[in-house]
Amino acid sequence: MQPTQQVSIPDVIQQIPLNYYLIFSTALFVIGIIGVLTRRNAIIIFMSIELMLNAVNMLLVAFSSYKSDSTGQVFVFFIMAVAAAEVSVGLAIIVMIYRNTRSIDIGALNKLKW
Amino acid sequence: MPICVSTYAVFDCMTPELLCILIPLLPLLGFIINGLGFRKVPASLVGPLAVAGPVLSFLAVLSLFSNFRAGGNQPLKATLFDWISVADLHINFAFQIDQLSLIMLLIVTGIGSLIHLYSIGYMKHDEGYGKFMAFLNLFLFFMLLLVMGSNFVIMFIGWEGVGLCSYLLIGFWNTNTSYNNAARKAFVMNRIGDLGFLLGIFLIFTTFGSVEYTEVFSAATGFAVGDKTVLAIALLLFVGAMGKSAQIPLFTWLPDAMAGPTPVSALIHAATMVTAGIYMVVRSNVLYTLAPQALEIMGGIAIATALLGATIGLMQNDIKKVLAYSTVSQLGYMFLGLSVAAYTGGMFHVLTHAFFKALLFLGAGSVIHAMSNEQDIRNMGGLRKYLPITFWTFLIGTIAIAGIPPFAGFFSKDEILAHVWEHNKLLWGLGILGSAMTSFYMFRLLFLTFFGEFRGTPEQKHHLHESPLSMTIPLMVLAVLSVVGGFLNVPHALGGHSMLAEFMAPLYEGSQQVNPSAFEGPTMGSSEELMLMAISAGVALLAAGVAYGMYVRSATVPAADSVPRSIPAQVVYNKFYIDEFYERLIVRPVRALGDGFYSFGEFVIDGVVGAVSWLVKTIAGQLRLVQNGSIGSYMFAMVLSIALIIALRFFVNWTTILAYLNF
Amino acid sequence: MLTLALILFPAIAATVTLLLNGNSAKRIAITAAMLELVLAAYVFGQFTPDAQSQFGFDYSWISTLGIRFSGGIDGISILLVLLTGLLVPLIILSAFRQTYDRPSVFYALILFMQAALMGVFTARDAFLFYLFFEAALIPVYFLAAMWGGANRIPVTFKFFIYTIFGSLFMLVALVYLYYQTPVPHSSAIIDFYNLNLTPSAQGWIFWAFFIAFAIKMPVFPFHTWQPDTYVESPTPATMLLAGIMLKMGVYGVIRFILPIVPEGVDTWGMTAAILSVIGIVYGSVIAIRQRDMKRLIAYSSFAHVGLMAAGVFSQSAYGLQGALIQMLAHGINVVGLFFVAELIFDRAKTRQLDQLGGITRNTPKLTVLFMIIMLGSVALPLTNGFVGEFLLLKGVFDYNNYLGAFAGLTIILGAVYMLRMFQKTMFGTPTTNTQSFSDLTGSEAWVLIPLVFFVFWMGLYPASFLKLTEPAVTNLLQYIK
Repeated sequence: MQPTQQVSIPDVIQQIPLNYYLIFSTALFVIGIIGVLTRRNAIIIFMSIELMLNAVNMLLVAFSSYKSDSTGQVFVFFIMAVAAAEVSVGLAIIVMIYRNTRSIDIGALNKLKW
Repeated sequence: MPICVSTYAVFDCMTPELLCILIPLLPLLGFIINGLGFRKVPASLVGPLAVAGPVLSFLAVLSLFSNFRAGGNQPLKATLFDWISVADLHINFAFQIDQLSLIMLLIVTGIGSLIHLYSIGYMKHDEGYGKFMAFLNLFLFFMLLLVMGSNFVIMFIGWEGVGLCSYLLIGFWNTNTSYNNAARKAFVMNRIGDLGFLLGIFLIFTTFGSVEYTEVFSAATGFAVGDKTVLAIALLLFVGAMGKSAQIPLFTWLPDAMAGPTPVSALIHAATMVTAGIYMVVRSNVLYTLAPQALEIMGGIAIATALLGATIGLMQNDIKKVLAYSTVSQLGYMFLGLSVAAYTGGMFHVLTHAFFKALLFLGAGSVIHAMSNEQDIRNMGGLRKYLPITFWTFLIGTIAIAGIPPFAGFFSKDEILAHVWEHNKLLWGLGILGSAMTSFYMFRLLFLTFFGEFRGTPEQKHHLHESPLSMTIPLMVLAVLSVVGGFLNVPHALGGHSMLAEFMAPLYEGSQQVNPSAFEGPTMGSSEELMLMAISAGVALLAAGVAYGMYVRSATVPAADSVPRSIPAQVVYNKFYIDEFYERLIVRPVRALGDGFYSFGEFVIDGVVGAVSWLVKTIAGQLRLVQNGSIGSYMFAMVLSIALIIALRFFVNWTTILAYLNF
Repeated sequence: MLTLALILFPAIAATVTLLLNGNSAKRIAITAAMLELVLAAYVFGQFTPDAQSQFGFDYSWISTLGIRFSGGIDGISILLVLLTGLLVPLIILSAFRQTYDRPSVFYALILFMQAALMGVFTARDAFLFYLFFEAALIPVYFLAAMWGGANRIPVTFKFFIYTIFGSLFMLVALVYLYYQTPVPHSSAIIDFYNLNLTPSAQGWIFWAFFIAFAIKMPVFPFHTWQPDTYVESPTPATMLLAGIMLKMGVYGVIRFILPIVPEGVDTWGMTAAILSVIGIVYGSVIAIRQRDMKRLIAYSSFAHVGLMAAGVFSQSAYGLQGALIQMLAHGINVVGLFFVAELIFDRAKTRQLDQLGGITRNTPKLTVLFMIIMLGSVALPLTNGFVGEFLLLKGVFDYNNYLGAFAGLTIILGAVYMLRMFQKTMFGTPTTNTQSFSDLTGSEAWVLIPLVFFVFWMGLYPASFLKLTEPAVTNLLQYIK
């Protein structure tokens, strides 16, 4: 066992330059957007949204750490909690949709049309 | 009689102001009682109540008149209250008593009383007796306002008010649609004139800064003869006079107005209301003297009206229609007099005409009454045996209107013609022609009605009777007046003193001041004047003789309507097709315009409104398609918009762009 | 304070009425309207004839924006307050013989309408004015849409959208004017009077206001909503529309357009006056050919209001005073005429003139009262219509002689269509519809008698009305210089 060296988490984070986080988050976010826009399967769209959410979370953590301001990380916890709730509701809706239409293709969901 | 005397004594103790208020108020009171109590006031009381108003007013007028004479002919003004007062316009509800209003007051209340009395006999058995008497009273009230008002607006109140009463009384038997139409026609044609009058009032106020007679006329003396504004005022007022006094082109309502009961024709459509136009011109004589062109136009219209009325009268077969066209023609004579600045002559003819035309109408009423509502003279004849009083009074009236000396009409018509002679020989000639026609159609009427054999049905013959006393007394009084009325103003050439002219002279002081040349005394000698008189009397006698030859000697009876006539006769018989002409020229186009506006105009305007809503709907319909319901496309739009906003916010340099755009 | 009472009392009464049912709603409504009339009459009696706004109230409302809840009665408002107070009880009374379903809602809406109208005529704050101006539309819309004739839905929809459309222009103008006031901004109408607006801005504001008020009045060619709405609405709603609501337009022109944008009026007033005068003749000529009584009266009302508008745009004391007194007179006459039309429809089951006639035979009371109101409407001297029409025509004639003469055609054409209507209904021989026509009942007579009383009062002694409005008009004319 190596002698444990006291390394704080922000330090770990800060070992990677901030720009990398930015590019990475943007990439993740764009992947999410493209997923939402191009896919028709509700579950995959849902996953893409999660991806976008997490891209934002990642950025929040990164900035929070660089700025030594914990607010951003507190926010991330909130987002995760809300996202969890949202996932459960969202999945429930999808299940209901599936039961009703035998499909989870969002192209079929055009009942909102005027 | 004793009641009258004592009432007169009471009136004599009153102040002139109070009398002024009482004079119109008494008939109004009668109207209110008989009007509100219609069908509740017992029939025996209706008559006395209705007659009381005018008679008392007449006594009050007499008292006022003697006051006036005693007070040295000083004009009097009684202001009741400020009626309309806006900015610098102040219209007082005020009465003015002077020579002119007194003469009119005497005519209106005097003849009014007689005709009220006559109406009791004439209308007693009518279902709407009380209503009729009430309307007559109301008419008197408005007529009194008209002649007593001290400014043009009060005159206008009376002017419109008598129009209303005329409307109500022409259409008195209101179940008959053609009577109603005649009433409506009278009101509307009068209103055309009223518009001219009203505009004239506006212009008077803007020009002279007041509508009070005294102020307007004293301000007017500062204007030059021929002033354009005064000319416009004079013409506009004359438009009003045309409507009320039935001059071309607004005369066609008067013959139709004969649909009303006969006393109405006598009172309103012969003696009083239709002479309001002459009253107005005499009242504003200063303005007319200032506008000689207006007088020229008036003269042209007057002679045309006089001849037209007389020509149509030649061939009419309805007893009242003949008298109606005769009234139109006589009104033309009055205006003819005014047009040559013979204002007294015009008023004199108003006075004498009121006597003999009221007499003739009441006589005709008596005939119609006896004939069970028959009005066609072709079905009469020989009535002098059955209706002696009516016959003799009618004869007097006929002589008076024909202008045969020494009856009233001769003097007044002669005075007008003498002035016309000085002014324009051609007009005089036409006037003489008209007077010949007058004499002819009146004697034709007389002969066809009262001479020869009776031509009606046996039932009618059986029913023939002389009218009751309440009807014949007014006839006799009027007959006396028709005989002696002319002596009020006997010309100097016949050794008279021109009393009326002297009495009225103060009215023309303003006119004399602005245009003395129009008022120079007669330039012709007595012999010339006597010759003119002889000519006109001779012509009248000649025409009467011709009528005698045709309708008594040869006993000609006018042909039935169905008999074909020569073209000129056809045209005259059909009143020159003037009604038809107006129908084509005005009535139908207005109707067509109304229909056109309603169906096409409203359609177009509403179409524009509809087009706007259609546009909104169409655009909305197109935009609606964007909402295609596919969540994917919504999200795509959203992402795209966000990207666009970010791009615009961060990657576009607004400062440079705005600077470039010069903001 | 009294002004606030005038506005709030009918609103409270309406709320109470809404909670009641059937006959008690009727009774509460008429009682409340009578009390309101007493209040309005008291205000009329106590009004001092000067240019000041009286009986006022003034509370802070939206303080951050400088908008105040402020109202009062001046010489411009007083006659309209009287008109609103006078007509509403008569309108409620006129509805008594009819059975409307949901009477509580029906009468409550009328009272709400009264509250809103009182608010319009007394508001001293432009924002408050706008609020009431729109609020007045809501009750009458529901009255027309719920109790109207067969074709009511599209007609009332058109009416509603049309008038709202116009008001929006006014809103834009009001917001613009608000931002022109010196900081801190204020929306008091009096503050709008003293703005220095550029001529082009005045032109724009003129048109924004003009369209709003022209649609309300209505002025040619913005009138096509009117005849249909008048015909389709239940008669009480028609009376509210023609008797009171169209005066909001004329009132607005006097209150806003003349003093706020005098240069705009200078430039465009002639155009507006010409449009109004065209409306007079156009409406009258159409009225001559109408067969339906209500439609005929609707077009006559359109023609009459054209004269008021033309008089106002003449910017003279005559025109303004004439318009103010004519608004009162026209409200009285038109309500009387619509009431008679309703009464005839109720008995004869038709309003078509060719199916009517000979009514006068059994109905002396109706004939007399109808005739007096009809004569008032054709402006016979000594009735109420004459004073207003005389002054209006004088104003227009002074403004432009030819325009005045053309506008004067109203006295001829008015006689033509009114007498035609009177003759075709009352005179002639009875038709099958009018065989058994009964005379006025007590409550019907009591609708017409107060109206006739005013016809004569205003005609015989107009000074009691003219002197109240004179100082305010003089004051207003100073802003026009």
